[in-house]
Amino acid sequence: MNAVQRARHHDVPVPPQVLHPKSYLREGSTLGSWLTTRDHKRIALLYMIAITFFFFIGGAAAGLIRLQLMSASGNLVSDRTYTELFTAHGIIMVWFFLIPSIPATLGNFLVPLMIGAKEVAFPRLNLASWYIYSFGGLLVVATLLSGGVDTGWTFYTPLSTLFSNTRVILAASAVFVVGFSSILTGLNFIVTIHRLRAPGMGWFRLPLFVWAQYTTSVIMVLATPVLAMTLLLMAFERLTRIGIFDPALGGDPLLFQHLFWFYSHPAVYIMVLPAMGVASEIIPCFARKRVFGYRAMAYAMLGIGAFGFLVWGHHMFVSGQSSYASDVFSLLSFIVAVPSAIKVFNWTATLYKGSIELTAPMLYALGFVVLFLIGGLTGLWLAATALDVDLHDTYFVIAHFHYIMVGGTVMAYLGGLHFWWPKIVGRMYPERWARIAAWLIFIGFNLTFYPQFLLGLAGMPRRYHHYLAQFQLLNQLSSTGAGVLALGYLLPLIYLIWAMRRGQRAPDNPWHATGLEWHTSSPPPKENFEILPHVTGLPYDYEPTSIGPEPPHPAGPP
Amino acid sequence: MSTPDVQLGIPAAAQLAAEEAPAEQFGTRTNQNEATEFGMWVFLATELMFFGALLLGYAYGRHLDPAGFAEASRHTDLVIGTANTAILLSSALTMSLAIRAAQRLERGALMSFLAASALLGLLFLALKGYEYHDDIDEGLVPWADFRITGVHRGAAALFYFLYYALTALHALHLTIAIIVVLVYLVRLRGATVAPYRQQITVTALYWHFVDGMWVLLYTLIYVASPRS
Amino acid sequence: MIIDPLLPPASTLAPRVDHLFVAMAALTGLVAISVALLMLIFVVRYRRGSKADRRNPPSGAFWLEVGWTGIPLLAFFIIFLWSTQVFSQYYRPPRNAAPVYVLAKQWMWRIEHPNGRREINQLHVPLGYPVKLIMTSQDVIHSFYVPAFRLKQDVLPGRYTYAWFKPTRTGRFTLTCTQYCGALHYAMLGQVIVMRDADYARWLATPNEEPDIIAQGAALFRSAGCSGCHAAGSSVHAPELRGLYGRPVPLSDGTTVTADDNYLLDSILEPEKQIVRGFAPIMPSFRGQLSQDDLDALLAYLRSQEVP
Repeated sequence: MNAVQRARHHDVPVPPQVLHPKSYLREGSTLGSWLTTRDHKRIALLYMIAITFFFFIGGAAAGLIRLQLMSASGNLVSDRTYTELFTAHGIIMVWFFLIPSIPATLGNFLVPLMIGAKEVAFPRLNLASWYIYSFGGLLVVATLLSGGVDTGWTFYTPLSTLFSNTRVILAASAVFVVGFSSILTGLNFIVTIHRLRAPGMGWFRLPLFVWAQYTTSVIMVLATPVLAMTLLLMAFERLTRIGIFDPALGGDPLLFQHLFWFYSHPAVYIMVLPAMGVASEIIPCFARKRVFGYRAMAYAMLGIGAFGFLVWGHHMFVSGQSSYASDVFSLLSFIVAVPSAIKVFNWTATLYKGSIELTAPMLYALGFVVLFLIGGLTGLWLAATALDVDLHDTYFVIAHFHYIMVGGTVMAYLGGLHFWWPKIVGRMYPERWARIAAWLIFIGFNLTFYPQFLLGLAGMPRRYHHYLAQFQLLNQLSSTGAGVLALGYLLPLIYLIWAMRRGQRAPDNPWHATGLEWHTSSPPPKENFEILPHVTGLPYDYEPTSIGPEPPHPAGPP
Repeated sequence: MSTPDVQLGIPAAAQLAAEEAPAEQFGTRTNQNEATEFGMWVFLATELMFFGALLLGYAYGRHLDPAGFAEASRHTDLVIGTANTAILLSSALTMSLAIRAAQRLERGALMSFLAASALLGLLFLALKGYEYHDDIDEGLVPWADFRITGVHRGAAALFYFLYYALTALHALHLTIAIIVVLVYLVRLRGATVAPYRQQITVTALYWHFVDGMWVLLYTLIYVASPRS
Repeated sequence: MIIDPLLPPASTLAPRVDHLFVAMAALTGLVAISVALLMLIFVVRYRRGSKADRRNPPSGAFWLEVGWTGIPLLAFFIIFLWSTQVFSQYYRPPRNAAPVYVLAKQWMWRIEHPNGRREINQLHVPLGYPVKLIMTSQDVIHSFYVPAFRLKQDVLPGRYTYAWFKPTRTGRFTLTCTQYCGALHYAMLGQVIVMRDADYARWLATPNEEPDIIAQGAALFRSAGCSGCHAAGSSVHAPELRGLYGRPVPLSDGTTVTADDNYLLDSILEPEKQIVRGFAPIMPSFRGQLSQDDLDALLAYLRSQEVP
């Protein structure tokens, strides 16, 4: 027990400089010190800046799309511009926001802290991955500035190889490049979690957030290369006109779809597993309960990660693939839904007999569970072959995956940002504003995307610049919701930045949470811990009946 | 490694003592070494999937037209392919011997085995280049006057495209491996072995991946079908 | 549409799909509402400071967890079998199904009946008889979707895909493309027109109306996408084509050419060869996308256009 801990235990006042070791934010303030940093916490912030930029670019594209769709046959933007808008929206949101969102920011910041390590395993590689991301980002900005790309984010051939006259290769190279950054992040996390856990931190003592990052990393490492090669082949075909995917030259366009979805379906889990990890941290903390069925939660994530590789063909039920293949993919898709269901039940059961406080992070986390629940259940509709025949490529699909990726992932990401903001910047966010934003986002989100389920069931196809007049009312409802949602997203941007300088100073553990990250100062010092923690118990050691001023202490020398 | 082998003798022990201090996050040198090696394994998993996309393409094409793939495979140069397989397998042996020399801190042996591996790798590349030259002469380039015509043209073209893609990707990997080995050869001149021991082990791991991948490619490309 | 968004079923398969829709809606709705309700109850009952009984909080319950793993698995399996059974019907056209050939291209549906009757963006079929669609695409992937029939099948270049239906109601039903196929994807609309037997027989017997070539060209000018840039009021900066024929055209390399047939043809097939001064070389080549007939019609249309 060091001086600080002794002091706390005996309520002896300690000098402030002892309580607050030099924060990682104060290790050099020049731009150079940030751009050459190898501190995982600073790299997390670099990522946060970059992905926030792309989130709002992608969001602006979405805003224009929704404005265009206010009227059934309006021409706010031309049809060609419209195709470029939804392509930009998809590419940016998927690869430049959602995939890196939680792993590269919260993951980078928290994984070493949560396992009691001083750093990630390969800090230089970590910084390199941010530079690779940024280079990919420059390429995508160049794509937009040089006229955009109109193939849709899926780059389906032969539209992309033979017919599009836009910046297909530039856009594909942006995605190709950014893939390497997720591979390197994944590699780093895997080695970090395997090799750098603090003494006593066994696999089944890891916080579920770490389990989520681990599973995600495995998917990143194994799936991303396939995407990279697929895009390379597509670009090659576009340049040389040799037949890989082009039937006129003996190729097969379905091969492209198989390869593309072999990555892009697991990519959905790259996006949503970390969100599950965030919810699994926040819900026990504000319910003051051990997470229900910890082991089942960890195994469920591994199960999702493994089965997630085997279901890509459910994107191709009407593509012309063999109907027997469709049947197998359908069955596997139903099976992969089971672990997701387990997780939802377990979060709900965690609330039972808890002592629940609806703080802003908790609102976001519960919002995540509800929206993920709806997204997941509607996924079953799409997994059922006979229903997918009708629903495929309609707005039902759009609504479904936005419930998972926006309702789910973005909600959880924001919840995580609020939950750990005191740790990251050392100051509290304004609680009242945060709760208003959480409700705005939840309501705005449902208003935007629930009508799209109905539109899809009524037969409105996706990627339509004009649509039949009978769809207009629901589209206008959806666009209105998008306005509310946009406002909801702008609020945290403003007040979280405001809180960095003006927020109330945060104590080391404002939520009385149990994770190791709360057992260092806020913000943490460069080397994370003054004394390396030694873990002696299970995670989520919460008691609903007693909320002491200081939580039970898993850290400290043995 | 934390307990140096007593048989190493004094100079070796002195070398080990001079090993670099571990990076802060690892705590011990052993942990750092194991983590680095593990990192290479994870990297190789990702590498495997780069080839995997092309191999999936191969499986798909062969499934659609097995006869076309067999026909195309018969046009490959079995002699060069087999010779190259033998060459790379020999380099796997020399690389394993290099690891053993590194573990025993025998600098001379290490450098010779590394040099032998690099030379075998270069020989492989030279033969591969010669084979490409032959292929082009024989009209086996699917996007320029492709020689195989008839019903199997499509499948054969895909086969040859995958042949070039896979072998070029493999050659790229081998080139990188050779460059890394050459870099260590330069660094080892006038230096002690101990600081490089770990890095050479990790490099060898990569080298073996490149070897193993070739054996797989060899079976898929050259011996995919019975020849008359 | 908000209460029951599905269109009224109009094919023999549609009601079978709809039964599954109802079952799926019931199952998932039940789960969604119970979980959400349970969460709400817990949040209210166990809110911080409430006097609810919190003794012995569970952190796991083996049989409960087995139950909520096993029961969904079983339910999913039943739905899967049901769905697969219905799905297999899509691949089993009745033997007596009448073939209809569908050619999809950017951005239209061309239909041909076995007796040679052709139509564009319309498909006339008789009530109560099964129809088998034999479909292929001339360019990119399209998808043939008739919501009222719950029928969708991608249409690929270089191979045939099949679909079938047996209409159960007369009327006009929207046909729409659901696989994104380029800028005018949204305009690839058509109608399936289900007629009584006698009406259909009469329709089928009428000879093809050959539209005059200029009208055909005018239609192509829109459907091939020319009008997207070259129509008056387009947001794209592209040369005005009305009154162009026979006029001198200043080029970016300083020379001037006369806009004759060859110039027009070249401009469509190799637009980058001669760039009109003051315009960016943004026009895509239409080589391979237009048949010779199409080109003839387009040129006839362009020749007919007077000075604005």
